Amino acid sequence: MPLPTLAAIQLGRNIEGQWIWQHLDFELQPGERLAIVGPSGVGKSLLLRSIAGLDPIQAGKLMFEGKPVSTLSKPRYRAQVIYLHQRPALLEGTVEFNLRQVYRLSLHRQKAYNREQILQYLAPLDRDGDFLQRSVENLSGGEAQIVVCLRALQLAPQVLLLDEPTASMDEATAQQIEGLVAQWLQADPKRACVWTSHNTSQIERVTDRQFILNREP
Amino acid sequence: MDQNYIPISNGQLVLASSLILINMGLSFGLRLGLEKSLGIATVRLVVQLLLVGYILDWVFALDNPWLVLLVALIMSAIAGHASVSRTRRRFPSIYWHSLLSILASSALVTGLLVQGVIRIDPWYDPQYVIPLLGMVLGNTLTGTSLALDRFMEDVVRLRSQIESLLALGATRWEAAGTTIKEAIRTGMIPTINSMMVVGLVSLPGMMTGQILGGVNPTDAVRYQIVIFFTIAAGTALACMGIVMLAFRVLFSADHQLRLDRLEKCDR
Repeated sequence: MPLPTLAAIQLGRNIEGQWIWQHLDFELQPGERLAIVGPSGVGKSLLLRSIAGLDPIQAGKLMFEGKPVSTLSKPRYRAQVIYLHQRPALLEGTVEFNLRQVYRLSLHRQKAYNREQILQYLAPLDRDGDFLQRSVENLSGGEAQIVVCLRALQLAPQVLLLDEPTASMDEATAQQIEGLVAQWLQADPKRACVWTSHNTSQIERVTDRQFILNREP
Repeated sequence: MDQNYIPISNGQLVLASSLILINMGLSFGLRLGLEKSLGIATVRLVVQLLLVGYILDWVFALDNPWLVLLVALIMSAIAGHASVSRTRRRFPSIYWHSLLSILASSALVTGLLVQGVIRIDPWYDPQYVIPLLGMVLGNTLTGTSLALDRFMEDVVRLRSQIESLLALGATRWEAAGTTIKEAIRTGMIPTINSMMVVGLVSLPGMMTGQILGGVNPTDAVRYQIVIFFTIAAGTALACMGIVMLAFRVLFSADHQLRLDRLEKCDR
């Protein structure tokens, strides 16, 4: 059996003496699409943030391709396991400027911005080069989320952690985001993703397995 | 000491303090509700300054290096505390960090000034060390407090942008870079602004004081020029110091933005 892409072992998150969740064990296999479900306020976002290493964990450990995440360089790990925020944050400027900006980070400096690849991603969404020239100020919430998604996908990560990426979005735009993720998954059978969503039909569409997060007693 | 100036007697002090009656009258007439604050401020001004005058007289008379250092340390501690008390958020070690950056930078630049430039003898001569240090501290305090406040407010305001960068593989340094630069800039602006207009809009207090004390204006401005450069250097160092220290607290070695370490304080 191949190594799981991600494995959580007895993971626990404590905020000010209160366990949000603890003793979590789960694995994400290569190629898998996992959903994290549970009532709101149970800490789904916190779990995704902890997996991405954006928040510290207070118990247990996390393994990425067999290695403890605590021993990996966080920027390098995060470029492989990208967390997408609920609320997209873009810099002032055009869509393309935002996409290019990522390559100024020291980790990605040796790679080059690939416009062709972006256009390939955009084609099924009925968008072309004009979209890249638009100012992010004039984007709708859904379009901004598309940009944020592209910004991550162009780095060819192994795992995407999608934190309610389509919350408060109309069905059509939500499906465009789903389509982008599907394109990225298709390109490499080892790629895997984790979703949280309040939309149960979406969860059924985009994931194969559910991990249920329960409130701490 | 030969006296080139007219000393102010207690009676004259009382006479001058009657000027505050203008403020009182205005506050009363326009119902500004400032009478109480004005009263407290007046009493504090008189008591604090008279007290400082006596303490300095005593320190100057004793002429003891340890005493000078102690006074310098107390002044720095008060500046470190005051710098933090003007900010809107706190993190656990903020007071130490503030004291450390203000003390280190002020001590360094004041030391360079009195030893390297003015060359006082003995090295601790309180007549020079204490007023010069006081001026440097007063300005670094303003700078660090602005820089620190700006930095903490910006990391909160720009949280999602900073975390988006971190999530894409940015180091903590890359994610915070713009915020750090903005904060240091903010801290240095008042000093640069006052250097721009000095002499045109304002006659600095130190220069005015020296002129009143009988020093030639041409000599007084030389002192003022020297002290301005010292203040500029001290403020720059202190701003950089406090922002870097705050950065290390708010951005962990694991490249995480730790806003949980930040607390809002109600003022």
